[in-house]
Amino acid sequence: MKRVLVVLLIITLSFSLFAQGASDKGAKKEEIRVLLANHPYGELLKAKIPEFEAKTGIKVNVESLQEAQLTQKLTTEFATGSSTVDVFMTRPLQEGLLFIKNGYYQGLGAYDFADYPDNSVDVGRKDGVVYIVPLITEWQVMYYRKDLFAKAGIKVPTDFVELEAAAKALTKDGVAGFGSRGQGAAAVTQLSSFLYNHGGNYLENGVAVFDSPGSIDGLRYYGRLLGNYGPQGVGSMSWENLMPVFQAGKLAMWTDASVFLDQVVDPTKTAIPAEDVGVAQLPRGPKGDSPFIVVSWGMGMSSKSKNPDAAMEFLKWATSEELAVDAMLKNIPMARDSAWKNAKVREMMHPGIIATQAHAAQNGYPYDRPFMSAVGQARDLIGEVIQETINTKGTSTRLEALAKEKAAAVNELLKADGEYGGK
Amino acid sequence: MIKSGFFERNLKYLFPLPALIFVLLLMVFPVLYTLFISFTNWSLTSGRPMEIVGFASYLKVLKDPRFRDAIGRTFYFTIGAVVVEAVLGTVIALILNREFRGKNGLKLLLLLPLVATPVAVGIVFNLFYDPTIGFLNYVLSALGLPQSGWVTASKTVLPSLMLVDIWQWTPMISLIVLAGLAGLSSEPYESAKVDGASSVQIFFNITLPMIMPTILTAIILRAVDALKTYDIIYAMTQGGPGYSSETLNLLAYKVSFEYFSMGQASAILVFLFIIVLVFSLGVMSARKKFEL
Repeated sequence: MKRVLVVLLIITLSFSLFAQGASDKGAKKEEIRVLLANHPYGELLKAKIPEFEAKTGIKVNVESLQEAQLTQKLTTEFATGSSTVDVFMTRPLQEGLLFIKNGYYQGLGAYDFADYPDNSVDVGRKDGVVYIVPLITEWQVMYYRKDLFAKAGIKVPTDFVELEAAAKALTKDGVAGFGSRGQGAAAVTQLSSFLYNHGGNYLENGVAVFDSPGSIDGLRYYGRLLGNYGPQGVGSMSWENLMPVFQAGKLAMWTDASVFLDQVVDPTKTAIPAEDVGVAQLPRGPKGDSPFIVVSWGMGMSSKSKNPDAAMEFLKWATSEELAVDAMLKNIPMARDSAWKNAKVREMMHPGIIATQAHAAQNGYPYDRPFMSAVGQARDLIGEVIQETINTKGTSTRLEALAKEKAAAVNELLKADGEYGGK
Repeated sequence: MIKSGFFERNLKYLFPLPALIFVLLLMVFPVLYTLFISFTNWSLTSGRPMEIVGFASYLKVLKDPRFRDAIGRTFYFTIGAVVVEAVLGTVIALILNREFRGKNGLKLLLLLPLVATPVAVGIVFNLFYDPTIGFLNYVLSALGLPQSGWVTASKTVLPSLMLVDIWQWTPMISLIVLAGLAGLSSEPYESAKVDGASSVQIFFNITLPMIMPTILTAIILRAVDALKTYDIIYAMTQGGPGYSSETLNLLAYKVSFEYFSMGQASAILVFLFIIVLVFSLGVMSARKKFEL
């Protein structure tokens, strides 16, 4: 028995030796772990990180993930208390409330937010503390084929009546006139502007209102357009599926977020010349002209970071004006005001992007989905209504009843999380 | 002697100990922990600490029509895919059991789908299935046949997914059955021939009963896997369009990692666990009937 104890004792002691070795190594060089999204800005940062390491001597361990997987990884790591993440890209409208509520973000008192528009900082603010640095803005635009419009002899639509007429006229010869996301939960963001332009919304003061008359009008219009003039199978399509269809020349108009322009005209992926692709603002609706313009990505710091100083240094560098200008020159729309004022940027950027941004910044609405903790489930519930309206080409007789039922379900979620009525 | 102490006396316990610890930590503990969470209301979106709520999560899950639909789809997918795989796999095995030229090359080809990564398979099949720019609709229209929505239409999505599963996993059944065929003794065949049995009679009265235990083993392995299928469905449709390809495993994933309702997700997984267990026990008892 004694022997066993001796052996166990030796093993236990040797464990602590290893631990000692590890901490010695850590003390020599500061190390941080950074999670980035598979997003053009994430790619840009990754390429620049060696410069940051050389300048500061901080070693940066980077991981890149798809957006949905990024949210899942962060949430599970934080929830189980096992996280070693220091800095991460984050979607304020998707997980912001959830992370703030659970205390996953570090408050950013030491950060200078003067260069950011107030409403984009507000999205990551709770009880006077800001938790998220706004990084990328996105707004809804309409990509369209200039050559097809010229051939059909019609002009780019400026309101929803013209949009429907154009979609009808351009649906021929195997080309679909109009495309936008149809896959339930993914479509929620792109449908939002169609609701706003019909006087509808997802939530108002923390109560679900997507069953209001204006919202129903928007839902029917969206379903009619996609059901009649959308590509085949549009009801299961997100942007990943629509882009190749547009690039294959089978789609005349496509509304989605502004970030995709560079990929859309990438000559390795499409035979359509860049000069044939136009970028227009979303046409105005009968009751409004408010495309969404949101902070699609921000950057946050973990409240559990073991290296808060190094993490802050990285955060400041990764959200710096210098990098923002670099990104703008690659057509990535950044949240910093100064980046938009940069002369070189204004000269280089696609005029369609500059014009639609100016319009959206002035008239747009800062949300593209219900802003709540249980947003994932709410999006699926709204997605069921979207599916119904697309499948029936906007003519469903039970659309009102279905929207009402799902709005009640979203209200239940808001109540369960203590957010009903805008608390 | 002092040496013949603790170790020698307890060798039979000590040697399996590492394996036992491994099983307890990595298999038993997660199952028990899931069971525990299923009795709580643990939800990350509420921001509140978890409370034990008894069977509340189970009741909520049972009341949800999505859960009932998901059970139906899980069985539809499993039965549809595994039955075809079993028949097709056995036929292929019988063909491969004969001697002909190029047999080894054919066996190698059969192995290829098995080693392909499900996500990569999903992406490639999605390209085939795309209704506008995909290969399959192109072929259909070239032949003058009506086009299909494949994975983008709610009526065809599950059969389309089954087709991928069948493509990938039929070879596994073939290989198992082939191994079973190789182990059969030749005596019954010789006496059947002497008695003048036809080849159809030989197949149904001798070959099939003798390899039935092997086929059923293959079916258990496949069905348990098919009940839990996740990778191909997630890679290809993520449960869509709508919820029309949402199986139990997909639903559990969504409820846990998109809705962050860990209590309910665990309850769904406990149901799935029970279904798989009952199913396996059922098929195993059926298998016993065929054993000599």
